Amino acid sequence: MTKLIIDGIEVEVPSEYTLLQACEAAGAEIPRFCFHERLSIAGNCRMCLVELKGAPKPVASCAWGVRDCRPGPNGEPPQVFTKTPTVKKAREGVMEFLLINHPLDCPICDQGGECDLQDQAMAYGIDTTRYHENKRAVPDKYIGPLVATKMNRCIHCTRCIRFATEVAGVPDLGAIGRGEDMEITSYLETAMRSELQGNVADLCPVGALVHKPQNYNMRPWELSKTESIDVMDAVGSAIRVDARGREVMRIEPRVNEAINEEWISDKTRQIVDGLRTQRLDQPYVRENGRLRAASWQEAFAVIAARVRGADPKRIGALVGDLVAVEEIYALKLLMEALGSPNLDCRQDGAALSPAQGRASYLFNATIAGIEQADAILIVGANPRTEASLVNVRIRKRWRLAPLPIGLIGEPADLTYGHDYLGAGPETLAEVIAGRHSFAEKLKSAQRPLIIVGQGALMRADGAAVLALAAQAAQAFGAVAEGWNGFCVLHTAAARVGALDLGFVPGEGGLDAAVMAQAGALDVIYNLGADEIEIAPGAFVIYQGTHGDRGAHRADVILPGAAYTEKSGTYVNTEGRVQMANRASFPPGDAREDWAILRALSEGLGSRLPFDSLPQLRRKLYAEHPHLGAIGEIAPGDGPAAIQALAAAGGTPSREPFASPILDFYLTNPIARASGVMAECSAIARERRLEAAE
Amino acid sequence: MKLDQAARSIFLREFVSAFWLAMKYFFAPKATINYPFESNYRSPRLRGEHALRRYPNGEERCIACKLCEAICPAQAITIEAGPRRNDGTRRTTRYDIDMVKCIYCGMCQEACPVDAIVEGPNYEFAVETREELLYDKEKLLDNGARWERELARNIALDAPYR
Repeated sequence: MTKLIIDGIEVEVPSEYTLLQACEAAGAEIPRFCFHERLSIAGNCRMCLVELKGAPKPVASCAWGVRDCRPGPNGEPPQVFTKTPTVKKAREGVMEFLLINHPLDCPICDQGGECDLQDQAMAYGIDTTRYHENKRAVPDKYIGPLVATKMNRCIHCTRCIRFATEVAGVPDLGAIGRGEDMEITSYLETAMRSELQGNVADLCPVGALVHKPQNYNMRPWELSKTESIDVMDAVGSAIRVDARGREVMRIEPRVNEAINEEWISDKTRQIVDGLRTQRLDQPYVRENGRLRAASWQEAFAVIAARVRGADPKRIGALVGDLVAVEEIYALKLLMEALGSPNLDCRQDGAALSPAQGRASYLFNATIAGIEQADAILIVGANPRTEASLVNVRIRKRWRLAPLPIGLIGEPADLTYGHDYLGAGPETLAEVIAGRHSFAEKLKSAQRPLIIVGQGALMRADGAAVLALAAQAAQAFGAVAEGWNGFCVLHTAAARVGALDLGFVPGEGGLDAAVMAQAGALDVIYNLGADEIEIAPGAFVIYQGTHGDRGAHRADVILPGAAYTEKSGTYVNTEGRVQMANRASFPPGDAREDWAILRALSEGLGSRLPFDSLPQLRRKLYAEHPHLGAIGEIAPGDGPAAIQALAAAGGTPSREPFASPILDFYLTNPIARASGVMAECSAIARERRLEAAE
Repeated sequence: MKLDQAARSIFLREFVSAFWLAMKYFFAPKATINYPFESNYRSPRLRGEHALRRYPNGEERCIACKLCEAICPAQAITIEAGPRRNDGTRRTTRYDIDMVKCIYCGMCQEACPVDAIVEGPNYEFAVETREELLYDKEKLLDNGARWERELARNIALDAPYR
C-alpha cells in the first residue's frame, strides 16, 4: 500500500494502482477516453492529465503508476492535484485538440446523448473554436454487418483495437498511418470474425463505431430501460433491454462481474429484430390440415376435447430452450394433475438428470472461478459458440499466465492457444489412463477444470461419456476441498431451471426422443421446443412465441411471451438463479405463459392452485427454496454427486464428438426470425466454405 | 332652475357636444380592421402554424435529431427516424405534430439546429375537425413550401437579435 495526497485528501492505495485509479479512490473525477478498466493501458488521449507535485508538466494519470510517484524531500507522500487551474487548462487544451478534427454532427450522430466526448466537452471543454481550417475527412470502413463506422468522428483512442485483440482474441481491427493520417480499419475491409464485435461500438467513446442495425432509429433519451437477463445461451448475461413504447429497440450489456463482466455476444445484442418478426399473436387451430386463426376459447375447447379423451400415459410434455422456470413449473403441475409421467426438458437428448445430484449438471467452478483454474480440459464443447462469454473468461485466464488447455472434440478456433487432444471419448479415456502427455499437465495442476459440453452428452452413449468425464475429474483432483472443477456447459437457458424442477420423465415416463417418435403418444404439450422434430401422429399443442418448427408441426398454437415480455426466472449454467424482467408487452392476443397454462388448466378440469405470478412464485419457492435466492448459487452436493457419477461407468462408443451448435447465429426461434442474425450467419457460412476450400 | 342650466337646455349643449364627438370619431382613423380582408402588423417572431423547411436546392432540412421532440413541453411532436432509402442519410420517416396539444411556445424552433421546424406567421388554420389538426410530415413540408418566403424573411429579420 502506498500513501498519496490527492487534492488534500490522504488515501492509501495498492502500489500497483495507476494514478487514475488512485484519484478515483480519493473521490476525484478524472475524464478519460482511451482508458478502460478491462483493457490494457494506451495513454494516447491525454484527457486524464493531472498535476503531480515535482513533475515538470502534467502527467497522464492512466499511464502513471502510483509507485512511479516520488515522495517529497522530507519523505512526505506524493501530492496530486486534479482541480488546479493548470489541470483545467491542460484538459481544455486536450479537448480543443480532440475537437480540431471531430465533426460537429452531434445532431445526426447516433451516439448523441450518450457520448463521452459530448459530455466531457460540456464539462471540461471551452465553448468556442479557434480553428478555421478544413477538418480531416476519412472514408468510412466496412467492418461487418453489426458495426457501422463514421470514421470522421474517430479520436484514435484505440479502445476497439485493444478490445478485438485482447478480449475477443480476434485481431481484426488495427490502425494504419500515423498522427493525423491514422485510420482504424479492418485492413481488407472484411467483416470482423468475432462473435463479440458489437462491444466495440459500446466501447467507442464517440460515434465513430455505432450499431448498424439500430442506425438512426432512436435516441437514448426516448428509451425506457429494463434490467434483465439474456436467454440466448445458458450463461445468463446481464442485459439492459431498452424499449420505446411497446417496442424493444436495443439490448445493451450490464455489468455483472460474476458472469459477463461487461460484454455480451452479438446474438444477445442484435436479436431484437427477431422479437418483432414471425411472432405468433393469436391462437391457431389446425382444421383439415391447415392452421386457422381462432380465439382462446376455441383453442382451449379443442385441446380439452383431445386431452380429456386421452389416456394420461399417452400425454407428454416437452420444454424448450427459452422457457422460464415459472412456466415449466406450471406445466409440471398441470402434467402431474393429468397423471402423465412423460415430461422432458432435454430435447437434444443430453444425458443429464437431476437424479444424479445437482452438481452433476452444473458449471460447478462458476464462470468467475475459471480465473482460478490452472489447467483446463474441454470435452466435446466449443465454448466460443456455445457460451461466448465463458470463452472470454477462459481467454482472460489464459492471458494472465501460461495455462494448459486441452480440447477433445471438434477442432475449433477458440481464440487462445490449446492442445488438440483428439476427437472422441477414447481420447478422454486415454487421458484418464495417463497414456496421453496432457494427463501430466492436468495431474500437476492444483485446480484443474473439466468442461463437458452438450456435444459430448447429447448422444446415445452420453451417460457413459458423462461418467467418463466425472472419472477424469476424480482422477485429476478436480473435485477437492474448496474447488469443484467438474463443469457442464449448457447451451439452453431453460435447461438448468427445468432440471432443478425435475422436469424429466417420471416413473415409467418416456424421454423426449421417444415422445417425438410416431405412435408413442396421443397428445404432446410442446412448450417452446423448436429444436426437435415431432413425428406425425400425435396431437401437438405448441405454446411459444415464433412461427418456427414447433408451430409448423402444431395442431393448436397458443401464443406466448418472449423473454423480454414477461418476468421470469432463469437458472444459468452455473446454477445461478436470475430474474428477467418485462420490458414490453406480448403482441396481439399473446399472453404470459404461466397465465396460459393456468387458464388452460381450468378448461382441462384440473385447476392450477394459483391466480397470480406472486402466488405461483410463493408455491414454487416453498417447493424449491433455492429458486427464491435471486443472484445466488445454491450450495450443492458437489463431491458426492461427482463420485456417484464416476461410479456409474459405461462404455462409450468411438464416435467423435459433434458440436450441438451448427450455426452460432441461428440457435433458437428468435434468432431464426432475425434478419440481422441471418446476415451474420450468411457471412459466417461463406467464410466456412472459403476456409474449407 | 338656475340660469346656466336654463341656458344649456335652451342651446342644446349636450346634444351638440355629443354630436360633435360622434362626428370627430366618424372622421378619425379607425382602430378596428375589416378582419378577413385586412390584417394587423405581425412581428417576425410571431409563433403561428408550424412548417418544415427545405434548403433552396429542395433538400429537406430536417435531419431527425429529435431535439424538438425532446424539448417539446407538451409532448406534441412524434418523430421516427431511419436511414433514407436512396442515400442512407438520416431522415425522419414520420414527423407528426399534434396541433391540439401544442402550446405554441416556440421551443421546437429554438432547439432546431438546422432551422427546419419553424413556427410561421400563419395563425389562420382553423379547421372543422380535430383530426385535421394532427399534422404529419407531408402537411408540414407543404406548409414550408407555402410560407417559405415569409419564413426566410422573418428569420433574416430576427437574426441580428440572436
